[in-house]
Amino acid sequence: MDLSQALEVASHTDPGMVRSNNEDSIASVPEHGLVVLADGMGGYNAGEVASGMATTVLTTELRQMLEEHAPHEVDPQSGQKAAAKMLQQQIAKANSSIFQAAQSQPQYAGMGTTLVVALFYDNKVMVAHIGDSRLYRMRGDEFSQVSKDHSLLQEQIDAGMLTKEQAKGSSNKNLVTRAMGIDPAVEPEIHEYDTQPGDIYLLCSDGLSDMVSDEDIGMALQALGANLNLAVQQLVQMANDNGGRDNVSVVLVKILRDYPAGQGLAKKIFGWFR
Amino acid sequence: MAKLILSMDGLVLKEIQLSKERTTIGRKPHNDIQIDNLAVSGEHAVIVTILADSFLEDLGSTNGTFVNGKTVKKHFLQNNDVIELGKYKLKYMAEAQPGAVKAADFEKTMILRPGAMRKPPAPAAPAPAHVETAPAGAAAATPPADAAARSHAATQVGITAASVGVSASTPASVPTPTHAPSPAPAPAAPARHAMLKLMSGGNAGKELELTKPLTTLGKPGVQVAVITRRPQGFFITHVEGANKPIVNGKPIEQQAHALNDHDVIELAGVKVEFFFKR
Repeated sequence: MDLSQALEVASHTDPGMVRSNNEDSIASVPEHGLVVLADGMGGYNAGEVASGMATTVLTTELRQMLEEHAPHEVDPQSGQKAAAKMLQQQIAKANSSIFQAAQSQPQYAGMGTTLVVALFYDNKVMVAHIGDSRLYRMRGDEFSQVSKDHSLLQEQIDAGMLTKEQAKGSSNKNLVTRAMGIDPAVEPEIHEYDTQPGDIYLLCSDGLSDMVSDEDIGMALQALGANLNLAVQQLVQMANDNGGRDNVSVVLVKILRDYPAGQGLAKKIFGWFR
Repeated sequence: MAKLILSMDGLVLKEIQLSKERTTIGRKPHNDIQIDNLAVSGEHAVIVTILADSFLEDLGSTNGTFVNGKTVKKHFLQNNDVIELGKYKLKYMAEAQPGAVKAADFEKTMILRPGAMRKPPAPAAPAPAHVETAPAGAAAATPPADAAARSHAATQVGITAASVGVSASTPASVPTPTHAPSPAPAPAAPARHAMLKLMSGGNAGKELELTKPLTTLGKPGVQVAVITRRPQGFFITHVEGANKPIVNGKPIEQQAHALNDHDVIELAGVKVEFFFKR
């Protein structure tokens, strides 16, 4: 099923005002409802190798799988949606590729990457993330953060040591507690959400969320939601106007209409006799 | 590394580096910072330091722990905070800014994990050599105009009302706020106050101040433009609709157009003047 009529995708990545190279990587396969964003780290240029590997492995492998399997089908044994299983498998694969490259090539030692992936199907979205790259949702007037960072700061907030307000003043913003490519195995956090026509989903690296307040991001999406390309440019520009201290990457996905999973041929035939 | 400066009656007694994860403060000798004074409890307070951040916690002391004059149970220490225990004062000095040169390095995202060093496994299979970090096609399907308009009409109107409400072309759409220039919080706003003045329509003469980073103008689904406030000044950009806004008699291009004092903007049948308030 081609989702490019139901979803509008716009994206942009920018090195920012301070860094010379861009260690972020973004990719999308609109016809399969797949968007990926990774924020690489470590070593001389190795960060972009890690994030590039993550997005490339995930898009090529998932594209192939989605052509053969329907993501909404439920595996009778595990009770798991095919989408969750696919994401889990391919993230594991990408993780081990990055890990092995980092282990075998000295110039890549210590590289890793954060990740946020959204896979849209059957009026739903399956979101997987690792680290502090985020997914936000704009529904009606409400703009909210959907994914929860795997970071020291978030753990401190959860433990009640810091309030969200205090967290803005913390100097430990840059420490993630989970990343791809660091260990032989990684555990992504995967959740499924219902989507509604008119929703706008934002995937971004910390270069946006650290530089621009959630309130201002929400305001930009409210004002420019009718023109996604402009909204993407505006968000990157706001991050850069505020200092642009890190690479900035933004992916926006707008739900234009419902996209229920296609009924199988067999079901259609049975439907006639009902 | 952050440090504490212990003083009494303005006399500096000691400087203590916060090198440990837990630095205890109290009257008893086993404390890291011992203050031998009866107003101080045996185990009075503790400072937990996690990398560059330090947290002060009162350990149920008899006379309490004060920071900048206020009693606290738990407190996220900020540079120059003054902790008071009885007559004693402890000033918290955050780590001196790591040299400007290194600042960028410091902000780089790093992975934090408990089990630090581990043996690398035997060299594995050759890994993919180099992958270009290039955004794969970010195709954007053009939405059917009506659907886009419908789904966004409500929100758009909302923000228009919230920001300024220049959609005066249709009196029914949004009631123009009774002229009450919102207090400009403007934290980093340029010194000059940018204003819009309606030149036509029923509300001609109304003035509105541009206080937000973004202000939308026009009618959702028909023609919308946005004015953005940037460090370099104010810019107008076309958002949606077949016609582009006209500035000083000329339609603007696709990209953002810088606004100058006394520019006249025409949009959705309404004329607006942009100017800076003296």
